[in-house]
Parts: sequence; C-alpha cells; structure tokens
Amino acid sequence: MTPIYLDYHATTPADPRVVEAMLPWFTARFGNPHSTHAFGREAAAAVESARASVAALLGADPREIVFTSGATEANNLAIKGAFTFLAEETEEKRNGIVTLVTEHKCVLESCARLKKAGARVSVLPVRADGLVDLDLLAQAITSETALVSVMAVNNEIGVVQPLAAIGALCRERGVLFHTDAAQAAGRIALDVEAMAIDLLSISAHKMYGPKGVGALYVRRRPRVRLLPLIDGGGQERGLRSGTLPVPLCVGLGEAAGIAMREREAETARLLALRRRLFERLAEALPGIRLNGSEAARVAGNLNLAVPGLPAEALMAACPSLAFSTGSACTAAEVEPSYVLRALGIGDDLARSSIRLGLGRFTTEDEAERAAAEIIRAVLQIAR
Amino acid sequence: MSRADEAYLDYNATAPVRPEVAAAMAGALMLGGNPSSVHGRGRAARHAVEMARLALAEAVGASAADVTFVSGGTEANHLALHGMGLPRVIVSAIEHDSVRAARADAEILPVTRAGVADVAALALLLAGDPRPALVSVMLANNETGIVQPIARIAELVHAHGGLLHCDAVQALGKIPLDVKALGADLISLSAHKSGGPQGVGALVASPAIALLPSLRGGGQERGRRAGTENVPGIVGFGVAASLATGNLSAGEGARLAALRDAAERRLSALAPDAVIFGSGMERLPNTLCLALPGLPAATQVMALDLDGVAVSAGAACSSGKVRPSPVLLAMGVAPEVAASAIRISFGWGSTMADVDRLAESWGRLYRRAA
Repeated sequence: MTPIYLDYHATTPADPRVVEAMLPWFTARFGNPHSTHAFGREAAAAVESARASVAALLGADPREIVFTSGATEANNLAIKGAFTFLAEETEEKRNGIVTLVTEHKCVLESCARLKKAGARVSVLPVRADGLVDLDLLAQAITSETALVSVMAVNNEIGVVQPLAAIGALCRERGVLFHTDAAQAAGRIALDVEAMAIDLLSISAHKMYGPKGVGALYVRRRPRVRLLPLIDGGGQERGLRSGTLPVPLCVGLGEAAGIAMREREAETARLLALRRRLFERLAEALPGIRLNGSEAARVAGNLNLAVPGLPAEALMAACPSLAFSTGSACTAAEVEPSYVLRALGIGDDLARSSIRLGLGRFTTEDEAERAAAEIIRAVLQIAR
Repeated sequence: MSRADEAYLDYNATAPVRPEVAAAMAGALMLGGNPSSVHGRGRAARHAVEMARLALAEAVGASAADVTFVSGGTEANHLALHGMGLPRVIVSAIEHDSVRAARADAEILPVTRAGVADVAALALLLAGDPRPALVSVMLANNETGIVQPIARIAELVHAHGGLLHCDAVQALGKIPLDVKALGADLISLSAHKSGGPQGVGALVASPAIALLPSLRGGGQERGRRAGTENVPGIVGFGVAASLATGNLSAGEGARLAALRDAAERRLSALAPDAVIFGSGMERLPNTLCLALPGLPAATQVMALDLDGVAVSAGAACSSGKVRPSPVLLAMGVAPEVAASAIRISFGWGSTMADVDRLAESWGRLYRRAA
C-alpha cells in the first residue's frame, strides 16, 4: 500500500492538471522561446501567459516576474543581486542585511556569503511563537540597512509572518523588503502592493507545480535594481540568462492559476482537517504540544513535539506514513532543528518533534488513519 | 519532428523532447517526492536522480560522482567560470554568450579564419604570465558546428598548471563524447539540445576539484549546487543522454551528416555565391552555417518562417537582435557577409522531406532576391 503522504512542505505532488498542461510543450510544441520563428513565438506566448498567471497570483505586473530554476535561486538572486547592485552600482553606502534566524538555509547561506564580502548581517531571534518581533526589527533597521529578508511562511513550523506590517516598516524606513514565499504562494493570500513587498521568491514544486522552476517578483515602481547572478544570452530582461524551460514555466503558470481559483476553499478544508488531526492526537496523547503559533499558521502545517520520544523512532514506527522531522534539505542531519531551537525549545524536545504537512490531495480518511497510526506507534513505544 | 506542413531546422536552439524521454518524465512528474526526504517517497525520488546521474555519466564516459545537475548549460558555464578561483581566465572568441558574459575580466583567445581556437596564440598567452589560468574553449561551436581541438588545448593548459573548462552543450548527442579522452577538467552539458527537457543541465568535474558554489542553501549536489533537484528533468536528461549516445553508435551521426550535406549541396547549387562556413572542417554533422552576401539574415529567416521552415540567424538567445554574429566576426568574416549568415541545424526528428522543404523555400527566396 502506498504510504500516506504528509510531507507537503518538502514537496507537493504535481497536480494532474498541471502535468496535462505541461506535456504538449515537451513534444509537439517544443520551440525555444527566444527563437524568432513560429516555433519560438508559440513557445514565447506560452511563457508570457504563464508569467501573467504568476503575476496575478501575487498582485503584480507580468513584467515584474523573473523565472528562475526554483526558490533557492530566486532567494540567492534577490539577496545577492540587490545587495551587490547597491554596493557596486550606487553611491549609497548601505551594506546591512536584516533577516531572521528561522529563515530557510538558502537565505541564511546567501547572507553568510555576503558577510564574507563585507555585508553587515543581523540575524534576529524570533518570539517563542516563531513570529518576528516587530520592535526588534524596527530597532535593527538602521541608516545602513539595504535589505530586510523575512520569509512569509516558515517551512518547518508553518507560522505566517506579518508581511504587511514588515512591509510598511521597511517602506517607511526606505529599505528593500524581500520575502521568501516558497511555502506561502498558493497557501495564503499574497499581494505585493498591500504588503509593500519589493522582492518575493516562489517555487513551483511547493504549490503543485513541477520541480526545477520558480520565480522572483522584482518591483518596478519604485524600481528595484538587481545585478544578475547568471549572465549570458540576456533572457529575462538580463536578470536571468539561460533558455527558459517552457514546459516548466507553463506548469508554474497553471499551478498559479489553480491556486488563484481554489486557494480559499482549499485552505478552509485543510484547516478543518488539521484541527481535527490535532484534536485526535492531543486527546489520545496528552503530552503532545504544538511548536509555534497556532493562530498565525498556514492551514496544512502541524509541527508537534512528542516529549520523550525521539522523532526518528516515531518515524520508524509509522511505516505507512511519509512525514519528516523538519526541513528536507537537512533531513539526514542528526542535529536538532535550528528553527525549533530558535523558539527556545530545548534539544530534547526539538529531537522529539515531527512535521506533518497536509495538502491538496490529503483526504479526511488519510488524516484519520494517520492519527490512528501515530497514536498506536507512540503508545506502543511508550509501553 | 515537424508538423506535416513545417520543417523544424533549428535543433541547435532547442530540440523536441523524444517520446521515450517525455514518457519517463511524465512518470517522474507524477511520482512526486523530494530527493532529500528520508521517507519512502523521498528515497524513490533520490533513486531516480541517482540512476539518471549514472546514465548520464555512462553516456559521456564520466563517473557518477563527477556529475552535478544544474538548471542548464548557462548555469553550468557560470558555475565553472566562477567556481574555480584561479587568478586568470582565458576564453575563446567564439564562446557562447553565457561564457563570454560570465567573466568580463577574461582575456580573449582568438580563433583562426577557419574558426578554430588558435593553439599557438594560447601557448603565447599562457607563456606570457606564470599564474595558473582557467581556460574555456567549447567543444563544438553553436553557430558553425566547428569542433575545437580540446585534447591539444588541455595538454597545453595542464602543462602550464591551469585548468580547462569545455562547454560541450552543442556536442552532446551529435558527436561521440568521452570526457576522459577530452581531457578537460570541467565540462558543461545541457539536456534540451539533444532530445531532453529544457531546464536541466550538468557540470561534469571530478570531486577532487574544489568548486565554489554559486547557489547556496540546502547543500544538495554535495554542496556544489543548492536547490531541490528537478527530478523529472534529471530523469529526462538521463534517458535522453542514453538514447542519444546509443543512436550515435547506431549511425545517427552519418544520417545527420547525409541530411546536412544534402542541404549544403542543394543550397550551393541554387546559389553558387553562397558561402559555407566550416565546410571541409571537422564540424558537427547536423550543422550548416551559410551566408548569402547581400541578403540579410533576418530577411531569410522571416521568409523561411512564412513557409513554415524554422532556421535561425545565429544563437537563439540573441536572435531577436539584429547584429552580425560575433562568432563569424571573430573568424574574420566581413560584417556584411556575417550579417547575411543563417544557421540550419538538424536533429533526431529531421528527415529528407525537411531538406526538400528548405530547398524549395530558400530557392524561391533566392530567385526573388536575385
């Protein structure tokens, strides 16, 4: 029997509608979108239509969307690109970056790289519920700050940061606001205008699209300038060279379109499912606790500590479930999650924490069976 | 692979995905799973990635551990040119934009009038400065198809203590590729030029070579390239590379050369004043680069396009711009001749009917213009 998939933060299965939309662009309609002949123009039109769908999901203009190979590249481009432009192409001596300790590795690593190049990086702690401390953030932004990078939805604990408040603060202080929205796009409402976001990264495979493609939103008014990471043929208005992968762009566009239409209903369904799952677990296992804010949390996320029970042991005891202990990138690491530790959670409890991710294809029956399996396993090991 | 009334002759820009590749990818798309996850679904995705790595490595004579998957040829070139930390960079004058633009500080290695990297000039360049250099020379040019003397260049570069990067994007699947025999230290590959999908490529380099990553994050690809692996794309690349290599052993090179040579003969017969670049040289069997002085390339491309024949005026990335090919200019071709050059490139789906269609359309254009 196929295990029940409860790892929607690591990756989501591609929606069959997305796959169907992609397939013709591999074979029958295969042109290079940068070619001027009919094959190329047809491919370019498909890419532009996808770009418009992505823009619509974010409340952006299509000209503000740059396709990348994924969120890791989008985050690298946003942070390194904005920083190096300010450092190399302007007279301003802004060399500060402010971010959170709970960011995804690719944001933290990009910042660490810039630190070696002379950036002053402030990595702020978070509150015990995983949310940004806005007062602390306001203090951390100085006249030297170039960029603030705060993720929209955390990949481990699912907490939703107050994007509009952060955006307003950054706008008021005249610094760029980047948000890694890989876990947020399609799951919460995003509006780059209302939230005053200057740069926003997304990934297709976290929103039922294909792996290998993502996008960076780059504000046009007022214009946010970046230096590209990858030079070459000058595609994507010079911000990202390389032949655009047409089927992947089409897949991202289709995924964005579906998310636009179905997000609200899906969120309501997942929220009910998650609450029911948590109630079932908490009822049977009184020691269980939720890591991170309950209220400001994306619908499909549960990050749970089962005190006294190492997460690896629980995973091994639940062979019919596919879930994780944290970020997939670090899935093989033995160190407890740095995100959980940032919440003030001790090493033992962090090691006893599991991440359950529910998504579009999780059924009520699967959630019920998952609850029963986890309860059975915990009681069995505890015995 | 053309619709009944069309001839697609721009395989150096991109190739249609082979049906076997599309089938394998469709399966991988539905498989899901993040290869870094430790549960069953993740392990299945990891397995698919590693099998593809093995298939690609085998197809090009490398070890699986040498293969770093990236988003395409451009990224592979970027990674190679920025990842080595050597004090000097030398790139040939006919490199792809992604190599030329990657390093504004690069010294330029000229090419001969025949379109071949000037080995004597390289020896002088290297001898003129004792610091070790990263040299980048492509295996086969994307516009002329001319094959470069990589093994000789590798010897020269290594004797000087440097490293050689070779952009083999256009060569994969068109000529046999054995990275060990090639002697280059870093080799860029792309899937979509030979029947694989767009959005995936690879940099082949021994794990012994210290490579500074460009994309940082989750530490995938042994720290050389962060980001969740494009599993379906990688699977497609593996299948495409195996197929292309298998077909080459089965005579695909000769079949492509027959198509190209037929096109070359027929267009030359129609227009005795046409200039063929790389004729008689060692070049990719699928590539024909030809100029018709006095008839701008853009005019030719548009006229052929109206007849459903897809060719290009140089590289696709810059084909929107009207400028003579820097590759041809670097070969000393006069600007007005370079401005009239088109590239015709064949591939796995091409047939003699495509050559007929090309010759008919181009012949009409030539008679109108004459």
